[in-house]
Amino acid sequence: MKRRLWWRSLGLHLFLTPLALLWLAPLWLMLVFSTHLETAIFSTPTPLLPGDRFWANLQNLQADTNFFRSLFNSVVVSGLYTLLSLFLTSLAGYAFARYQFFGKGALFFLVIATLTIPYFAVVIPQFILVAREAKTLLAVFVGIGVFSLLALLLAWVRLPLWARRGGWLAWGLLALAYLLWGVPAVREAMAFEFRLTNTYWAVILPALANSLGVFFMRQNFLSLPQSLLEAARLDGASELRIFFRIALPLVLPAMAALAIILFLNAWNDYLWPLLVLSDRNMQTAPVALGSLIGLTRVSWGGIMVGAVMTTLPFLVLFLFLQRYFIAGITAGSVKD
Amino acid sequence: MKPGTTPYLFLLPYLAVFALFWAWPILDSLLLSFQNTRAYPPVWDPGVNWGRILRDSAFWDALRNTLLILVVQVPLMLILATALAVALNSRLLRARGFFRFAFFAPVVVGAVAYSAVFRLLFNQNGAVNAALGLDFNWIFDPVGAMVVIIVALTWRWTGYNAIIILAGLQNIPKELYEAAEMDGASPWQQFWYVTLPSLRPVLLFCLVLSIIGTLQLFTEPWLITNGGPGTATTTLGVYLYRQGFQNINFGYASAIAYVITLLALAFSIIQLRLFGRES
Repeated sequence: MKRRLWWRSLGLHLFLTPLALLWLAPLWLMLVFSTHLETAIFSTPTPLLPGDRFWANLQNLQADTNFFRSLFNSVVVSGLYTLLSLFLTSLAGYAFARYQFFGKGALFFLVIATLTIPYFAVVIPQFILVAREAKTLLAVFVGIGVFSLLALLLAWVRLPLWARRGGWLAWGLLALAYLLWGVPAVREAMAFEFRLTNTYWAVILPALANSLGVFFMRQNFLSLPQSLLEAARLDGASELRIFFRIALPLVLPAMAALAIILFLNAWNDYLWPLLVLSDRNMQTAPVALGSLIGLTRVSWGGIMVGAVMTTLPFLVLFLFLQRYFIAGITAGSVKD
Repeated sequence: MKPGTTPYLFLLPYLAVFALFWAWPILDSLLLSFQNTRAYPPVWDPGVNWGRILRDSAFWDALRNTLLILVVQVPLMLILATALAVALNSRLLRARGFFRFAFFAPVVVGAVAYSAVFRLLFNQNGAVNAALGLDFNWIFDPVGAMVVIIVALTWRWTGYNAIIILAGLQNIPKELYEAAEMDGASPWQQFWYVTLPSLRPVLLFCLVLSIIGTLQLFTEPWLITNGGPGTATTTLGVYLYRQGFQNINFGYASAIAYVITLLALAFSIIQLRLFGRES
């Protein structure tokens, strides 16, 4: 029996070890290549140990794209986005976890349903909103109108009486929006331009509609003992105070996991920042790095330095905080 | 206690952003797809984009390439991820931390960074050719370019899926294995009759995520092969980007976006019908 286990263990390690080395190779070679000049990178045999040209490559990269400025932009955008998104998603998650209110199930369903809708379904109107002559207020009105109508349609199945009352409200809002929109003077006044291209806000705002965060925070607030919150309520604490002073501190570890994933996603995002940041001084690090890859004369050593500088901090962080990364990644998969 | 307006106030900031940047855009994409946006101001013309999509051979190439990646890469990755998760979960494994780091580390690597690395590795004078003793121009060969993209995607996402599957494995009750062992089931039989059926919802989740991700693949083909050579690696995402943001034809790009959305919905429904019945 023991002998058979030994053979099985040997087989397992013979399967995993070469595969693991193969998996580590791209990361290792990225590090190695960032310290060699092009001639060395393209020579046979490939250099497998670090060289001493990191600074030369870094200078090339900085000359090509102003990379330190891009890194700074990335830090600001990702940091600000993480803080704001944590705030919005924890407020919303708390409402879904801790209150009973009309339309709750339907609203939550709508927010979660967007997890299965491809991002491309919204990217063009988002771009128009942010970059073009967007009639923002109309968008808000119609958005809220569509949203509440759908919510009501879903709620109607269970609560016909409430739905009828709420339905009037939604229809009223929509009608009001269209009526107001029909008055030329109002239209003139409301159609202000919402040109945000080449600002940090252009990157941050649309991404705040993050439904995974809401789901994740809701799960965590649900796991808190209700009696604790009730006790505070009996002591006369206001709802906001209960949220900030009692509920939020209790879910801080979970928020740390969410913060890491939000920051990482913002840090690595490419398509959206590429669309709204064309000014070289405003570009985030991935956009700046991406702009180098397609060129005919590229400094590959420099590009590898950029790849290392955007990746290495997270590899180190991952080494120590693996648990938090994994909690964030598995957030949507395990249902309670 | 009656909550009154409190929950709505908690929800308001998030829902305002959600309404503005998700609810409205979903509707607006559909509206745009029925407009001729090459005219100024755009005019309502329901047939212009949808008629063009039917006749546009470049679109069908992009669809074919996307489905090819879907059919080849996703199953390959999920089988490998399941094998890895089972291996990493084994009691017999030593140096667990090392193996976990090796397979899970790509999770933190950004698409631009690893696209750059793989483009360099598969360069004609690059490390892969040097190691294999080849002189093959991967990036400029239709099949080679597709292979590079599939290899890169598999490297980046296998560990991600393995993490989710591993979490699923750890949720399977130990008693199931004890019972199977008592009945004399071999490890292979245990995997086949206990592990796989229990993993069904988790694998389904991974499958749905992977399919949605593949349908909107953009960064890797854009940066590694630029959709080429010719249209050999032009995916729906790359084609949408070209039409929408290089040719500035929002209407046609919106029609492509809705094809992607409808495909994602169709795949999700088919999967739920086929595999989701018991869960």
